[in-house]
Amino acid sequence: MENLGLFFALAGAVCSALMAGIGSSIGVGHAGQAAAGVVTEDPSKFSKVLILQLLPGTQGIYGLLIAFITLTQIGIMGGDSNISLEKGLLYFAACMPMAFVGLVSAIQQANAAVSAIALVSKKPDQFGKAMIFPAMVETYAILALLVSILSIFGIASLSI
Amino acid sequence: MGLNMAKDSYIYAVARIRTHETKLLNHQFMEQLIVAPDEDAAMKLLVEHGWGAPEMSAEQMLDREKKKTWELIRELVPDNIDIFDVFLYQSDYHNLKAAIKECCTSDIHDGIYEEDGITIDPKEIEKAVAARDFKALPERMQEPAARAMETLLKTRDGQLCDIIIDRAALDAIREAGKATGSRLLALYGEYVAAMSDVKICARAVRTGKDRTFLGNALADCEHLDVSSLADSASQGEESFKTYLGSTGFSAVVDMLSKSPSAFECACDSYLIEQIQPQLHNSFGIDPLAAYILARRMEIKSVRIILTGKRNDLPDESIRGRVRETYV
Repeated sequence: MENLGLFFALAGAVCSALMAGIGSSIGVGHAGQAAAGVVTEDPSKFSKVLILQLLPGTQGIYGLLIAFITLTQIGIMGGDSNISLEKGLLYFAACMPMAFVGLVSAIQQANAAVSAIALVSKKPDQFGKAMIFPAMVETYAILALLVSILSIFGIASLSI
Repeated sequence: MGLNMAKDSYIYAVARIRTHETKLLNHQFMEQLIVAPDEDAAMKLLVEHGWGAPEMSAEQMLDREKKKTWELIRELVPDNIDIFDVFLYQSDYHNLKAAIKECCTSDIHDGIYEEDGITIDPKEIEKAVAARDFKALPERMQEPAARAMETLLKTRDGQLCDIIIDRAALDAIREAGKATGSRLLALYGEYVAAMSDVKICARAVRTGKDRTFLGNALADCEHLDVSSLADSASQGEESFKTYLGSTGFSAVVDMLSKSPSAFECACDSYLIEQIQPQLHNSFGIDPLAAYILARRMEIKSVRIILTGKRNDLPDESIRGRVRETYV
């Protein structure tokens, strides 16, 4: 328990990848079921519904990005891994926006994507509009990503 | 968590149903059928729309469409098809009634059983009734079947037999609707029971049936106080209408005065109104239930139109009987 700071920082990185990844896998799974339903009836809509299915997958990528940056900053992937407890806790806190917003927004985006896929199945010419609805949810995942990135880089320059 | 899991289990099925909804008959198409010069022209329009095949008769076409609906639903929810038993019990109990009457009268008739949209093979019902082996039937049918048969044998009164089976059917439909956990299916069960009670009372008022008859015939339901309904109906038409006017079914009072078919039409329109929000719901079992009801209504409407055309009824008369469309 000498390097408790490193433990917390690593826990933050893991949570970020884990929770956002869980959210995205649930989201892409749900949207995939809806997409498969539409393609069963009309294979020509494959490309349109595939794009909608992939939308909830971005949160997982954001979570991975935050985890990767954190691992680089705390020396897990090479360099000095001597992190104070305070700094470790700060890294942990910095990862939380991406972890929680990633989980929730991916699931909510999937709900919107499933409805958008239903819209495309009935009105394929409205694909552009259908894509906007789930894409709006992405805004909040991006905001969380920004806060986590800015916080992680900010913590690195702190002398605690 | 359980609810969410149930909600998420039908995403694929609902997505497929969304595509099938585009093939449902809309108001404009129904209007085209109504103004078609004759039955053949209406049939031709239906064949062009993908219904049946050119060589089929009207009845064969309608049977085919009914079968197609259930084939699709069985394909979509193969492990959970019994959730839709609420729509099938009516036919099962009809078959039970037919089997009991056939057995008691020793008359053999062809085509008395409904073969599609059922949960029990009519042959099994027929066999169980003939052998008086009611235990071979599902538990919910055993007691009413035995009682109906005994009543018919003792009294030779077919109507008494009918009310026992009909009430058992309504009770089963209500219970099945509630057991699904679906708001729409529960509402359907309650609604079918309530509307049947109103219909029984309206008929009882016309034929002067007493309170005891009504007490035996009416099924419990949440939307109506069955005891007050029976009391009011046994006191005459004015009292019956006054009671209905004080419930949520005041709108049907006028329709009841008009004609039984206008009342049926109003009941179906109410159901369509209730299921229409499911057009925008992408989750859960309710959109599938709504699709089954929508198909049932459109088949009913097409049957009315084709029969009307066959009998040279005026377009306006047919239009008045055609149900609202889901899409």
